[in-house]
This record gives sequence, structure tokens and C-alpha cells, in this order.
Amino acid sequence: MAKIKLSERKLQELKEVCKSFNNDKGELINVLHKAQSIFGYLPAELQEVIAKELNVSVAHVYGVVTFYSFFTMTPKGQHPISICLGTACYVRGAEKVLEEFRRVLKIQVGETTADGKFSLSCLRCVGACGLAPVVLVGEKVYGRVSPDGVKDIVAEYNN
Amino acid sequence: MEMVKLTIDGKPVEVEKDATILKAAKTIGIDIPTLCYFQLKDMNIENRPGGCRICVVEVVGRRNLAPACSTNVAKDMVVNTHSIRVLNARRTVLELILSDHPAECLTCAKSGYCELQTMAQQLGVRELPFQGAQSTYRKDTSPAIIRDVDKCIMCRRCEMMCNDVQTVGALSAVNRGFMAVVAPAFEMNLEKSPCTYCGQCVSVCPTGALTEVDHSRNVINSLADPTKTVVVQTAPAVRAALGEEFGLAPGTLVTGKMVAALRRLGFDYVFDTDFAADLTIMEEGSELLDRLTRYLKGDQSVKLPILTSCCPGWVNFFEHNFPDLMDVPSTAKSPQQMFGPIAKEYFGKKLGIERKNMIVVSIMPCLAKKYECQRDEFKVNGDPDVNFSLSTRELAHLIKLANIDFNSLPDEEFDNPLGASTGAAVIFGNTGGVIEAACRTAYELYTGKKLEKVEFNELRGLENIRHATLDFNGLPINIGIAHGLGNARKLLEDVRAGKSQFHAIEIMACPGGCIGGGGQPFHHGDSEIIKQRAAAIYREDAAKPIRKSHENPFIIELYKEFLGKPLSEKSHHLLHTRYFDKSAATYVEE
Repeated sequence: MAKIKLSERKLQELKEVCKSFNNDKGELINVLHKAQSIFGYLPAELQEVIAKELNVSVAHVYGVVTFYSFFTMTPKGQHPISICLGTACYVRGAEKVLEEFRRVLKIQVGETTADGKFSLSCLRCVGACGLAPVVLVGEKVYGRVSPDGVKDIVAEYNN
Repeated sequence: MEMVKLTIDGKPVEVEKDATILKAAKTIGIDIPTLCYFQLKDMNIENRPGGCRICVVEVVGRRNLAPACSTNVAKDMVVNTHSIRVLNARRTVLELILSDHPAECLTCAKSGYCELQTMAQQLGVRELPFQGAQSTYRKDTSPAIIRDVDKCIMCRRCEMMCNDVQTVGALSAVNRGFMAVVAPAFEMNLEKSPCTYCGQCVSVCPTGALTEVDHSRNVINSLADPTKTVVVQTAPAVRAALGEEFGLAPGTLVTGKMVAALRRLGFDYVFDTDFAADLTIMEEGSELLDRLTRYLKGDQSVKLPILTSCCPGWVNFFEHNFPDLMDVPSTAKSPQQMFGPIAKEYFGKKLGIERKNMIVVSIMPCLAKKYECQRDEFKVNGDPDVNFSLSTRELAHLIKLANIDFNSLPDEEFDNPLGASTGAAVIFGNTGGVIEAACRTAYELYTGKKLEKVEFNELRGLENIRHATLDFNGLPINIGIAHGLGNARKLLEDVRAGKSQFHAIEIMACPGGCIGGGGQPFHHGDSEIIKQRAAAIYREDAAKPIRKSHENPFIIELYKEFLGKPLSEKSHHLLHTRYFDKSAATYVEE
């Protein structure tokens, strides 16, 4: 694992966050949420910083990061694509839509494209069942997505 | 404390209100089988995640089975610990655990000592009905400990020891579900983590997931090599525990048989680490007195307290966590590492043996010693002062491998000149022993008077942190003692904050001291065994004709003939060392 250089400004922001929680090790999960929102993901170097700030072992921080699926150690794409696999979407063919995204983007679930543009993940029910199957790209919701429509959605972001 | 009456297996029992079903059953002789549960009583060490579900019992009126280790008793509770429903459930639970466990008993290092294996025998497992995928992980070999976590059953004992007891923090449960495992951060190798190699994780692991690096083959090859002179040194704690591997009661001293066995294994010279312990006292005691007298004269540059430095797990912990206090520990090497140069440079040279043709093997209760002997500063032109370190368990294996009937061996004596030792040396095995040995010498050297009573009972005991004030002819000397790294951390934090009142502090990484070391026969949480071993060590001390290190005639001769005097230039060169700042160590490479 090669070392990456973390932005000084963002690190300072993170240290302020820790201070606002009194560097209390009990606030680890809250700190990790804020850290992921500042940095977009939680690389190893960042986990070491957080461990030091909250006076916990790096192993413990890593344990918490890997336990919760929300926390990620790989950067999300510029346009994060989430496919809903809740019941309504599932029975209306969400799996085929997922397969098509995998084929078009050439990545697996949990991965990011090499150019950093798109990442792929799955969600459980987002509560838009009337629009099933549902796909989210960033905050935008696409309804009644068919496998044929996948490459058009991707094309929207490729300009 | 309010008492509660309940019924277990038809028998009435009365216990404290806050007792668990497991504890209550124990008081009437019912041993409910457990797997993840672990307790070292009298030392406040308990692992109770309630995760394995082996200890489930039936509680009348409760729909599901209750985990006995984590369920509190209640008034008039009726418990059945081995109904058919319980036995079936217990076996199914075990079969499920085994469904993700490699069936490698024949070649596993833990075979014969594995708690999972014992449980499978006890519950009569005859087939593995749950077949399917198994989670596999990379095997991790460090200088002292091997992690083969395909065998991990997530009992969390190692995590508990490493984080709660030792406060080292090298391990954590990571991932979830099928892929959950206990690992260092980023699942990197243990060698890159803050692991101190204290080996307490190995001593509590119920399976073969955590084992020691075994150098027996290297030792056997050396013994078989006619060009090599193979010399062995044995730590004090070994002689108080080795007998347990041969069915002898805990606390049986087997010094004579141990020497006889080593001779029959083919070692050319059977020496005693205790000899080097006497040497350590000469050097470290002189260092203590030197620092103390300069401090009392008002020398501001002198650092007190002085910390003992014979425990490599402790040294590692120190280098990682307190590098700002680098000039506080004694510069004296450990007895193992003092023995090496004396064997190769003094003894070997006297006999005309070339350094590379002398192999020094140590038998230690410790796993960190395996790491210590390969540290670069303990080598001369790449040749280590101590070549291999074997644990007490490995020695027992070797003796069995060589088909030696240990129990019928006669008592034999160590060879000279590196085999004679005093009572002060043998108590190194117990917590409080090193500092007591140092005080026996420091008192007489400082005051010029003879000690009336050689035992310092105020330094003995198993409490986590102890302190005593000794009277050196009117001068009060404050001694602090800690065993277990978590307790050491507390003392060190006081030193860092300038709050420490101690002149000298002794630290041992393992609960109980070396007698509870990571390489000793497994005690499975029975603190009685540790107490018996400690008592045996004190018995051996009391039986010795000479009980103070500075009266050891072979030590006196060694200084006269070779070293000059303690802290001389030669002594410094061969018997003292330096430490390294490891705090910046990171998992992530540049």
C-alpha cells in the first residue's frame, strides 16, 4: 500500500471535528461519518490520523470501518450509481439492470471505474416502489429503468 | 450481597444475586462446557462475549436456550444443563463452528492441546453435516507468532488480552459475517503492527489460529551437526512448569530432570540463564546505585526511576508507546542476551571454538525471546549472540520426540562455568523477583551491611500494581512493580507526567511474570497453576546455598578474569544495549 498525501486543509478540518467531540473515543462512529463526508472515503492514512486523535488503536478504527457497509476505503466515483434491490424493484428486473451496468462500466459492485467517473453499489428499498426498478445517480432518481436504457443514463454523464 | 436460591440439574444451589448460571453451576461441581468463555481468576481477566453458544442451557419458562456464561441467576430459576434438547443444540452449534474450520488436526501444531478438538471429542461429533465454502485468509508469520486464521473461531480471547489486558491494540475483529476474523489493522502482517510478541494471545487461543514460531527443527539440525558446539541456557520459569507437560502437579520443580533431559538430547553444554541473571543484577544493580547516588548528590541530568529491561515484550511496548522516555530504562541487556556474548566471546574463545561454530539455544517461557534474539543489535557480523529460542512447550515436544522418559530421569547438575546461580537469579521468573534480586545486591553494596533477612516479602504477590518502600540504612527507596502491559502503561504514564514517586520500577509483560509467559504450558485460565509455579520458584530460592548475586563465585571469577568490573568498558560493550523509537511505525509504506 503506497502512502497518499492527505490534504492539509481537510486534515485540519478533521482535527477540528475531533476537538468538537472532545476527542472522545466513544464518538468514533460520528467522527468517521464526518471524515467520510470531508474526504469522500476513509483511506488507511486517514484511519491512522483518527486513531491518534481519539487515542484508540488503528486496529480498532479499521474494525469499525470494515464492520459497517456505509464506510468505504475506496473513493467513490464522481457519479455514484446505486441500484435498488428492494422487493418491488427486484421482482421488476433490478438484477438485469445491475448486470447491464456491470457490463457497460466494466466494474463489479463496490468498485470504481479507472477514470474515477462512476462507482457501483446496491441499495435496499429506497421507498420509490411505484417507479420500480429504481436507480440513483448521485441524488438524481431514475425510475422504470430497463437494461436497454442503461447506456443512455451513463452517456448523460459522459459529456 | 443478596443471595439467590435456584435449582440446577435438580440440585439446590445458593449464590450471590449477580452470579451467572455458569458460576452457580461451578459451585456445586457442575462444569458446563464452554468454548469462547475464558477467565483468569484473581487477575481480573475475563472474556465473555457470549458468542459461541456452546454453554447454552435450558431454563424452565424461557422459550429459547440461555448462554450460561452470560445469563444471571434469578430466584427460583430451574436450570437443566444436559437435557437432550441441550445436548442436541450444543452438538449442532459445534458442527456449525466446524463447518468453517479446516479439518487439519493431523498436521496442526495445536493437535492434542486444542480446545475445539477436545470439545468435538467430548460432544461425540462423528460427521460434519454442514459442508460448503470455507473462509480462507493469508497465513501470517512474524518473528515469534504465526497467525493461521482459517482456524479462527471468533472467540475474541486474543482481542481481549491484546486490547483490555495488555493495552497493546494490535488486534481487532474486522469485517462482518462470513469473512469476519480477528486481525491487525488493514489485515497487514503482525510484524508491521504494534505487536510486542508477548504471546498472551497465543496462550489463550483455543485453536491453532495463533501458535508460536517453532525452531525445534533448527535446533535438531544444529545438534546433528558435528562441526557445531551446541550450548543451551534455561530460564528460571521453565523449571517450575516443564513438569506439567509430563503429568506432574503444577508447582513441581524439575530442575534436575530438565538438565538430564537436555543432556540426553545432545547439547554439548547445559548452562543456566540464571547465571546470566546474576550477571544482570551485577550490571543493573550497579547502574541503579550509580544513578541513585548521583541523583541524591543533586545531579539534575540523572533520570529516575530506573526501569528493568529484561523483558523483550516490555521493551517493544516501551519503544512503541513511550519513546520520549528512552533514557529511563536500564541499559542492561536481558539475561538471555547477556548469556550469548559471554558464551561465545568468553567461554567459546577459552575453548578455542570459532564464534560461528557455537550455537547458543535458549529455553524460555516466552515467545518474545524468539524475536529478541534476532534483533540486529544482538548480532556480531550477522552472527546472533543467541541463535535460537525455544519455548517450554517446544522443549517438552522435543523430549517426547526423542522418546525420553522424563519422569524416570535422575536429577543432574548444570555444567560450569556458566551454570551456577544464586537464589536471587531464580526468582527472576516471578513478578517482583527481578527487583527483589536487585535490592539484595544494591542494599549490601550501598550500605556496606549484610542483609539480616534476604526475602523482601513486601515485593511479592500477584496484585497488578504493587509498591513498597525499602529502608536502605535510613534512605527510603520506593519500588514500583507491575505485571501485564496495561498495568505497566499506568506506571509509565505517571513517569511521563512527572508524577512518579518511584526510584526503581520492575515491569513484566505477562500476568504473573515469566511463569505466566506466552511459551509456558497452557493453564487454560487456572490461576492456581500460576500461583503454584510462583511458589515453586520461591522454594528453589530458599533452598539455594547462596542467595545474593554478588556472592556467586563464578560471577566473581568472570569479572576478575574477563570483564573487570560492572559498567566497565568491556561490560558496556558486551552486556549493555540501546533502544529504538518505534512510535512512528505505520502500516502504510512510503
